[in-house]
Order: sequence, then structure tokens, then C-alpha cells
Amino acid sequence: MTDSKYFTTTKKGEIFELKAELNSDKKEKKKEAVKKVIASMTVGKDVSALFPDVVNCMQTDNLELKKLVYLYLMNYAKSQPDMAIMAVNTFVKDCEDPNPLIRALAVRTMGCIRVDKITEYLCEPLRKCLKDEDPYVRKTAAVCVAKLHDINAQLVEDQGFLDTLKDLISDSNPMVVANAVAALSEIAESHPSSNLLDLNPQSINKLLTALNECTEWGQIFILDCLANYMPKDDREAQSICERVTPRLSHANSAVVLSAVKVLMKFMEMLSKDLDYYGTLLKKLAPPLVTLLSAEPELQYVALRNINLIVQKRPEILKHEMKVFFVKYNDPIYVKLEKLDIMIRLASQANIAQVLAELKEYATEVDVDFVRKAVRAIGRCAIKVEQSAERCVSTLLDLIQTKVNYVVQEAIVVIKDIFRKYPNKYESVIATLCENLDSLDEPEARAAMIWIVGEYAERIDNADELLESFLEGFHDESTQVQLQLLTAIVKLFLKKPTETQELVQQVLSLATQDSDNPDLRDRGYIYWRLLSTDPVAAKEVVLAEKPLISEETDLIEPTLLDELICYIGTLASVYHKPPSAFVEGSRGVLHKGLPPRTGSIEGPESPDTAPSGEPAADQPSVIPTQGDLLGDLLNLDLGPPVTGPPMATSTVPMGAVDLLGGGLDSLMGDESEGLRSDVGGSPAIGGSGSFTAAPSSTAPTNVGAPLGSGLGDLFDLTAGVGTLSGSYVAPKTVWLPAMKAKGLEISGTFSRQVGSISMDLVLTNKALQVMSDFAIQFNRNSFGLAPAAPLQVHAPLAPNQSVEISLPLNTVGSVMKMDPLNNLQVAVKNNIDVFYFSTLYPLHILFVEDGKMERQMFLATWKDIPNENETQFQIKDCSLNADAVSSKLQGSNIFTIAKRNVEGQDMLYQSLKLTNGIWVLAELRIQPSNPSFMDLELSLKCRAPEVSQYIYQAYETILKN
Amino acid sequence: MIGGLFIYNHKGEVLISRVYRDDIGRNAVDAFRVNVIHARQQVRSPVTNIARTSFFHVKRSNIWLAAVTKQNVNAAMVFEFLYKMCDVMTAYFGKISEENIKNNFVLIYELLDEILDFGYPQNSETGALKTFITQQGIKSQTKEEQSQITSQVTGQIGWRREGIKYRRNELFLDVLESVNLLMSPQGQVLSAHVSGRVVMKSYLSGMPECKFGMNDKIVIEKQGKGTADETGKSELGSGKQSIAIDDCTFHQCVRLSKFDSERSISFIPPDGEFELMRYRTTKDIILPFRVIPLVREVGRTKLEVKVVIKSNFKPSLLAQKIEVRIPTPLNTSGVQVICMKGKAKYKASENAIVWKIKRMAGMKESQISAEIELLPTNDKKKWARPPISMNFEVPFAPSGLKVQSRVDVRGTHPMPWREEDEKGTGAADTVSSPSGWSESCTEKPGGDIGRCHLGRQDDRRGWPGGHEHT
Repeated sequence: MTDSKYFTTTKKGEIFELKAELNSDKKEKKKEAVKKVIASMTVGKDVSALFPDVVNCMQTDNLELKKLVYLYLMNYAKSQPDMAIMAVNTFVKDCEDPNPLIRALAVRTMGCIRVDKITEYLCEPLRKCLKDEDPYVRKTAAVCVAKLHDINAQLVEDQGFLDTLKDLISDSNPMVVANAVAALSEIAESHPSSNLLDLNPQSINKLLTALNECTEWGQIFILDCLANYMPKDDREAQSICERVTPRLSHANSAVVLSAVKVLMKFMEMLSKDLDYYGTLLKKLAPPLVTLLSAEPELQYVALRNINLIVQKRPEILKHEMKVFFVKYNDPIYVKLEKLDIMIRLASQANIAQVLAELKEYATEVDVDFVRKAVRAIGRCAIKVEQSAERCVSTLLDLIQTKVNYVVQEAIVVIKDIFRKYPNKYESVIATLCENLDSLDEPEARAAMIWIVGEYAERIDNADELLESFLEGFHDESTQVQLQLLTAIVKLFLKKPTETQELVQQVLSLATQDSDNPDLRDRGYIYWRLLSTDPVAAKEVVLAEKPLISEETDLIEPTLLDELICYIGTLASVYHKPPSAFVEGSRGVLHKGLPPRTGSIEGPESPDTAPSGEPAADQPSVIPTQGDLLGDLLNLDLGPPVTGPPMATSTVPMGAVDLLGGGLDSLMGDESEGLRSDVGGSPAIGGSGSFTAAPSSTAPTNVGAPLGSGLGDLFDLTAGVGTLSGSYVAPKTVWLPAMKAKGLEISGTFSRQVGSISMDLVLTNKALQVMSDFAIQFNRNSFGLAPAAPLQVHAPLAPNQSVEISLPLNTVGSVMKMDPLNNLQVAVKNNIDVFYFSTLYPLHILFVEDGKMERQMFLATWKDIPNENETQFQIKDCSLNADAVSSKLQGSNIFTIAKRNVEGQDMLYQSLKLTNGIWVLAELRIQPSNPSFMDLELSLKCRAPEVSQYIYQAYETILKN
Repeated sequence: MIGGLFIYNHKGEVLISRVYRDDIGRNAVDAFRVNVIHARQQVRSPVTNIARTSFFHVKRSNIWLAAVTKQNVNAAMVFEFLYKMCDVMTAYFGKISEENIKNNFVLIYELLDEILDFGYPQNSETGALKTFITQQGIKSQTKEEQSQITSQVTGQIGWRREGIKYRRNELFLDVLESVNLLMSPQGQVLSAHVSGRVVMKSYLSGMPECKFGMNDKIVIEKQGKGTADETGKSELGSGKQSIAIDDCTFHQCVRLSKFDSERSISFIPPDGEFELMRYRTTKDIILPFRVIPLVREVGRTKLEVKVVIKSNFKPSLLAQKIEVRIPTPLNTSGVQVICMKGKAKYKASENAIVWKIKRMAGMKESQISAEIELLPTNDKKKWARPPISMNFEVPFAPSGLKVQSRVDVRGTHPMPWREEDEKGTGAADTVSSPSGWSESCTEKPGGDIGRCHLGRQDDRRGWPGGHEHT
């Protein structure tokens, strides 16, 4: 007799029959009946009506039956809390059973029943089990603490279970240790601030010892926990690495990956000159390659992680190109990932092999794979200059195959090659033009049009070609329309005599017949340019373009560092931080790599917690175009004064992207009317349509449409920005959706030309439409209040976001808050009222006329008593005195005098807050090492309580 | 951690559903069915995110196993767990099929309760599980038995139970190597690597302490430097016979820290069959065979295929059970085969010609020719041209790996060995294996070590490049 029969009972009156059987006197019959119940439960039938009858079967010495009843209980107890109480007695009794297996089973099951009344009864048995003589019971009890914490965190704390759990880390049994570590790690995750996993050299030593003895799963828990530890110096880091390295030979890939995570993270602290550093690098490669012999699903996880590792430390796998060659029977997801890594590893040394492979892949069967292979050829050309010629000829060969999607993909990448090596491969244009008719994808059409426009003077029939596209102008996608507009303008500027009619036609199509604001605006700009000053137009539209950069799809360094800390986990598979896919508080904790240390002198500044992520939080490197674009669109203002975005003005795509945001602010300043005409929302005015392009090619696509020259405009806006915009922090989530019935609010504060605003993004993560938004502030220290009502023009549909810039003034009622810059906000919508509080950076309150007269400054400085002077340190600033001065000026901190005393620069500065408080500052700049400065800040103010916040503002401005 | 675990049949009906975490609801079961099992397109990723819930899945024949979570779990661990889960089920009731799962659903729930607690994997070694998860319900266990079970489940040697006795102590060792070969259309070897597995079947009493040795370059160098009286030195120390292993991984019974410091592989094996280690080499690979394919297209409906295999080892050695698999296009209507040696057959269901040869000596050549008739099709979809692959057994390892095995039985249980085996407690059984591997095997009394090398060679570019098949 087999058990599968239980799955097939679909009779009517089944429940009644089951009820009768459950109450039968015969044990066998009872057991049969419970099995039937479980089978029904599995397939999703509701058998909760049988609750009392099933629970009655619980008192049995048949372990199999007992387990089945427990299974039922775990499923239905929550829906029948009152009845579940009936089971408590049995549980408590079982917890005293002489058989450790039964004790463990009882405590394990009890923890899974999320009914308050049962939870109360759980405490005593759990306490006993945590100290049980049998390790099997203890290891089960350890996990049970985590279960209980999930149900009622307060109870766990009150009952002192956390301390007992901590003691278990020193247990003699390795499995108990491992489970205790797992439970503590999970609990610690939901209390980021608590110092629950108090890791110190002693406890680390215990964990490392247990690592050698416990099961493969236990090793994973311990390694994942170790990865959160911050060694105090490089020697400790090295000794941990040495003890973790043997795990790289474990058969379990997860153990290997977790060990890799620990090593990658702690390596950050080792000096590169160290012999051990080199040894470790060499040791990492073979296990990573071996992961590729695992089952395909694991290969996929491994490849996603290798992708990160290759970006972080390319030297590890640079000689291992061949292992990433695609195998015939690899599943498609493995093939695509391998291809990605191949491109990252491509270099002059191996390019011939790579190209031969890629060409092979381009003839494969899977369309996605083939497309990606063709794109990869283009990326090789851009990355390795010596191979460009060979790549182009390979692409031409592929175009000859006339396979439609291959041709289109090839044209898109050839356009990129033109942007990297202008005027070098025009000979292929003729071949490309032959395939004009077969192009049906917008991206390929847009690329082709761009090529025609760019090289119009060398294509005899350029006007005919472009005209042919113009016929179906309104049916084209926006991407193609914009491209066509630009290309025809370019053509006109190159061959004005023959194409006047054409350009008029396209301008009228774009400006009069189109509803698309992007298209219309660009049309108008060209029109005015052409009509007012054709010479300028030529300079603008046909200006020399900057070359595109090599690596276009790198993960932004801060994100990369964070993801390295998540090797092996889902975050590393998605290439997204956990906050992007995990709900609630878990995973919001931001992880970063430890700073590299030759000599650590302690925390960087009194305010940064040692566990902070000094390196990670400062975007010292150019952000990817996508992010930059996003930022600018969100902020809707000229580029900030400070480092990164300025740097991007030299990055080709950046320049054009910025137009979207920059233009808006330009127009906004001049004519309010035009702006509202654009549609009010900056997202529309900007380059919304471009962001839809796949990220791998986004930069070039974005760059191409607008053509050239408009970089000049950008410079202009940058100028405006320097004068008026103070530093704006990136948006952070203020109100998580969990807490506000699906409404998520993130935002930041900014100050621009004397007006303060609160830039908000409202996202509807609920399933219903939201409307009737309103906002109110509680009284606060500086009287901040909304200057206008919160205007959300249309109801917010599910999964939509809206960006709003809420103007603020400082005439609201004042109440001193603690901390001083605390702001409590209430937001109302049609669903409910929600409250949150946030801290605003003080520099938004620095007014424009905060520059004091020199004499006045001296007098005031003397006048303020010395006890009002506070001193602060700002370490490792990479700017010199002049840069500091101009950077601070952007945020209305004015330098009044500069002196040089004994080789140190001294700056004397003043600023004024909106409520009229003056703050005077003396800034001493002393080089700490060749590239970094230490700043010593002395603040004098009649209201000394603001000093600390002023210092924070200084630090924020200077470090970003 | 893992929030829930579901098993589906090919239609997407739930066979097993076990939820571990409160954040996973019943709707997750349906979400996976609708979005993955019933999705029209081919699976594009083994990890799927649906509405902030992540699904990990593996497939065994037509059964889907899915692990579900809402947290940032260790993804590698989840997959390793799913594989392990399959191993455990197979060990309990054989093949993973709908029928078997339905027949054993009570057992599966019991197992799931044991090996996953609140989503954290626990001891999942079949050896240990079988001591207390039986299908007989509760056995009346004595107190000693109970504590023995729990100490084993949580103990350091969770993979082996105590008190195992055999009348005959035997240990079998198989070295399985698969040669992966990538050739250019011109026949030039682009890359080749051997991935090997050492599979052990141990039927030993007590808690035997085993040592496993191989002619790994680093070990031999170490031995050379170390004590001069090492036996291995005289035979293998020349360096010529040593091989460079790129990397190896071990079963969890092997003491890794010892391997890291001394390069010695020591362990207490699980009972029965297990994979002791995997290794990978890329240098000095001996390719036992060469496969030379010739394909000619005769019109649109006919292909002529000729495949020559050449054995590339000493004439005194014999390869056995050779099987060559030549894929045929999907629109094949009929095949005529002629081969000089062995038997060849066209298997329509597998879209391949399978050619079997019982044995073949070294430095010989054999060939097969086939005429493949094709149906004319309008199907634009290209044929993916799978590689020709072959399986065989040879009395040497293509990587050059040689095994020295040493089994010590220390203290734990003196009695089982004393009775059956003259070697007694602490006896060493060392087999060093010169190239005449099979001879030394048969000479050994008691036949306690048997072994063979199973080779597998995949020639990815079996079909010459640039060949159009429509």
C-alpha cells in the first residue's frame, strides 16, 4: 500500500469522514486519517475545521504521528489561536521527555507556532532546553530563540535569552556554536545599533576553532558572521585570512564563496607590498575556477559573483580567460554570464582568442545570446584599441550573413565604434547603408540615422536616406524621431543649399505636429539657433565630440564595495543592495569594505562610528551615467559645486545628459511660462526616454541623439550652479513603505539662490491609487515651514513615483528641538496620516549675505567670549586651501581672509543663519600626508549649541 | 534564510509544501507556478524575483524543487541545500519522481522538519539521518541509543555512525575523469582540462582513519624535502610522474586545515559510496583518443559523415566500453551506418548515432561512416550542432593522476579488524600504482581495492566550423 492514494481523495463529505476516522479508536486508522489531512493541506485545501480532532491525536507515543500532528499545528494554529491552547500541555510535557529527540521536537515546533498564548508558555521550556545536557536539544533551542525573537522581540530581551544565546557561542559542541551564531546574526540584523554580536579577538578565535569542526552548513553560518567583523589591524586581518583559506578546498560551493567573501573583505586591509597579499591573490583564483565545474545553478551564482570580483580585483583572474569560454551544453543563463566576464577580462594579450570565440557565438541559436555576443565584439573594439580593426571586419562579416537581428545589433555597435574612433572606419558606411531597409528595431534605426547625420558630407545621398525615414515620422519611436531631427539639422549645416526644405519639414513636424515635449523642445532650440545665429548653430551642433569611454557598464564603486560584502548572497546575484529587494528593516544596514590600513590611528573623526564605512560613503569616483542622470533629474538644478559631477563634464556622455537637467533650470530661471509648458515635471523635461535604453549601451545612446556642441550650454549651467547651488545630499528614505501603508517618501534638502526646498519623491507601493496629499511640519528650531502646499497634480497610481520640490521658508513657529536640526513631518493622503522625522543639514540655512566686513569680523571675534569657542577636526580632506574656500563659498560660507602661518594655511570665515545668528570660523589647514589635509576648525558663535551642527555641515560639504 | 520549500510536478501541482517563515504565504506557491513553471519561454535564470520574493529552483527529471525567501539569503547555500535535499531523498527512496514523492510524502515532511530548522540547514548527512528517521515509526530506543544518535547528529563526525561492522573490510576507489577539449575547426586544441572525481566505496568497520595519497607535484616536492625514508620518494620522487593539480575540493570528512598545512588528505570516511574529492588539471593532459570528423553536404537532403577515432596510448594497454555519440540534425529521416569495428546504431529518440566498441588497444585506428538523409524543411531555426562526445574506460588517467592509498585503523574499535583481517589494528594497506595499474590490482589479496579510470572526452567542435545546416 502506498501513500500516494491520499492525494486522490476528492469525495464529497470528505471532512465528515475524516472527522470520524480521526476520532476512531484504532491507532492505524487515526494515523491514516492524519496522513489524509496533511495531503489535503499540501494541495491547498482548507482542513482547518478538523483542528480539535487532529489536536486530539497529539497525545501519542508514535513519533511519526506526533510529527504529522505538529505539522498540522504549525499550519493552522494561527487561524485558531484559542484551540491551539489545547496543545500547550502536550508541548510542555514533551519538553520534559527523557528522549532528547522528543524534547527537541517539542521546542522546535513550539517556536513555529505564532500564537501569543503559546509563546508565553514557551519561555520556561526554552530556558531549560538552552541549558539541556544534550547538544541536539541545545542546538535546536538556539534556533528557537531566533524564532521567538521574530514573534516577540521584547519578550526575548526581557527574558534574558540573548545572554544565554551568547553563552552558547562558547559551547563545547560545534553545531550548537554554529546555530547560536546563525541565530545571533539574524537577531543582530534587525537591531543594527545593538552590539549583540560582540565580536572581539577572543570570540573570533572561538569561531575559527569551531569552523574546523562543524558541518558544512555551520561553516557557512560562521564564515558569514566572520565577514561582518572588523579586524583591528592588518595583522589580525592576515591571521584570520590564514585560518579561513583552507575552506577554499571544501566541496560545498557555498562554503567556498563565503570564505572568498571573508578574504576579499579583509584583503582590503592588507598592504599590497605584503608577500602574503600576493599569495592570497594567487590562492583565490583556482577555487573560483573550480566553482565553474559545479551544477549549473551554482555556476550561475558563482559567475554573478565572479563578475563582481573581476571588477574589484581584475588581477585575480586575468590569466583565466579560457575557463569562461562557453560550453555547448551550458544553460543559457550560464552562457550569458560567461560572456559578460569574458569581455571584462579581454585585454590585448588575449583578444585574438576572445574574438574568435565571440564570432563563433554570433552564429549560435539563442537570439539573446547572439545579440550579446555581437555587442561584446563592439565592446572589445572600444576596450582594446589594437583589436578595433579586426572587430570591425568581424562585424562586417556578420552583417553579410543578413540575419536580421545580427545586422541590427552590429549596426548599433558600429555606431559606438565610430564614437570611439571617429573618421577611421568610414569605408564601412556603404555596407551599412545597404541594410537600411531591413532595420526594424528603433535602436538600430536610431544608430543608423546617427551615422548618416554624422558623416553626411561623405554620403552622397544622405538627404535621400534621411528623407525616406521622414515619411513615417509619426510612427517612429521617440528615440528615432529625436535622432532624425538632429541628423537632419547636422545635414543642413553641412549642405545648407540642398536641404533647406528638408530641415523645415522636420522642424515643423517636431514642433507643430508632435505632442512629445522632448521632441518639441529640441525642435525649438534648433529652430532658434538656426534662425538667430547659424554660425553659432554650427559651432554647437557640429562641435567636436568627446570620445566615449572604455568601460561603460561597470558597477558604481560604492555599490561594488557594498556588494563585495555580500558575496554569495542574493544581493550579489541581483547586483543590487539588499534594501532594493528586502522589505522592512532587514538589510537596510549598509555594509562597506574596511579602509586599507598600513597603520590605523583610530576612527577618522569623533563622529564616525568605527563600524562605519568611511571609504564607501564618499563617491570619490565618477558615478555611472545612469546614476548621474537620475540624480540630476531628481534634483532639477544645476550641477552641484562639488567634485564628482564637475568631473563628469569631461566625461563625454555626461555632458549631454546634463542638458536635460541644466536646460530646465536655465529656462526655469528665465520664463516661468515655458517651464510649465514643459509639463511641470522635471522627469518629462529631462531625458526620460533615454533611460529606457539598456544599461549596457545607455551612455552612447544617450550621447548620440543630442549630437554635439551643447556641452557649451552645460558649461554655462555649471557656472550658474557654482554661484547659486549649495551641496545637496543624495536622497534617503525618510518614510519606508512598510510604515505608511505603501507610501514611500524619500528626499533631501537643497538651497538654491536663496530659497530652501525639500525635494521629495513619493512612491506608491500600495495597490490602490493615492491622492489628496498634504504636508505639515511640527514646530522646529529654525521655524522651517512649507512655503506652498504640497502639490501632487494627479493621483498617484500603484508603482508610480512623483518628484516634488517643496519650497520652504523659515517663518514658521519656533521650538528648540533635540537634536537641533530635527524636523518632524506629517504627510496626509486619502488613506491616512503618517509621521516621520528627519534631520536637515544646517547649511541649507546659511544665507547669501553671510559675508562679514573684515573689521567687523575682528571685532566680533574678540567680542565673543572664549568659552564659546569650540574646536573640531576634519581629517583626510583632499582639497587645498583655495579649493576648500571655493567649495564652502558654494554653500554660503564666506572666506574673509587667508593667511599663511608657518606653512599652514589659515582661513577666516563667516556665515549667517536664517535666524540671524552669526558664526565665525577659523580653519587651519595642515597637510597630513602628500595628498591629504587635516583641517582644524574653530567656531565662535554667540549661540554655541549650533557649533556642532555647523561642524557637521562643514564636514558634509568638504567630503562630498 | 529559506522561508519555504515547495515541490511541484511538471504540471505545477504542489506535492510538498513546507513553510518555515511567517513572511511566506500560500500565494508564493502560486506565484512560482504561474511565473516560472507555466511561463512560455525557457528558464532564463535559476533565481527569480517575483514581487520582492525570491525563488530558487532546481529540476530533477520533471520535478521542480523551489526554495522561497524574502531575505538576502546566501544563494550558494540555498542551491547546495537543494542538491543535498535531492541526494537525501534519493538515498531514502530512489529516483525523484512524482510517484515516489507522493508515496513518501510523510517521510519527506519528516526529513524537511529535521534538515531545515527555521530555514537554517541542519545536519543533512544520510548516514546520520537514517539512524533516527526511519519509516517504521518510533523504535523503542534505550537511553544510550538515544544519546548516541544525538551525539552523532551534532557531533564532529556527523557523516558516520559508530559501531559499523563488516565481515570483510573493503574499500573501492574509482577515478572518474572527464576531459574537456576545445578544438578549433582546423583541429588545433584551444584548451583542454581534466576535471576528475575520486569516488570511494568504503565498507570498513569502526572508525577507520584513512589517508589518501596521490602523485601531486606539491606533495612530492614536500616529501623530497622532508624525511628521506618516505616510501613514496623512491618511486615517485623523480618529478616526471608527478602531476600539477590546479585545484581540488574535498568531501567534508577531509580535514582541510591539515591539507592546507601538510597537503595530506586524511579523513574518516562515511559508510558506503561517496565522492572523496574533485580535482582539476590543465597541464600535460594525455588525450587518450583523437576524434576526426568529416562532414560533407550532398545537396539539401543528404549529409555524409565520417568519423575516425585514433587511440593515443601504449599499444599494450586496452581501452574498454568505448561509446561514441555523433549527433544528427533534427530533421533526420534515416541513417545508414557502416563501421569496421564495434556496433553502431542510429537512435532517433536521442538524435544521435551511437557507436559502441568493446575494446580497443593503444595506437589503433577505427572509423565509421554514415549517410544521413534529411527531410526538407522550411524551418529557419538553425541546428545547434552539438559536439561529438565519447565515453570509455582506460587503465590510466588522462591527467596522469595516480593513487596511493593508506588505511589506518586507529583505536576506536579494535574488535572488528582483529577478527577478519590479518593486518589487524593499525595495519597499513598501501597501494602504490605504477603504470601497470590493473596488474597490481589483481595481485592484491582479498581484492580490497578495485579501481578503474572512466574517461569522458567532449569534443565541443565536433562539427567543423562554418558548416551550414538548415
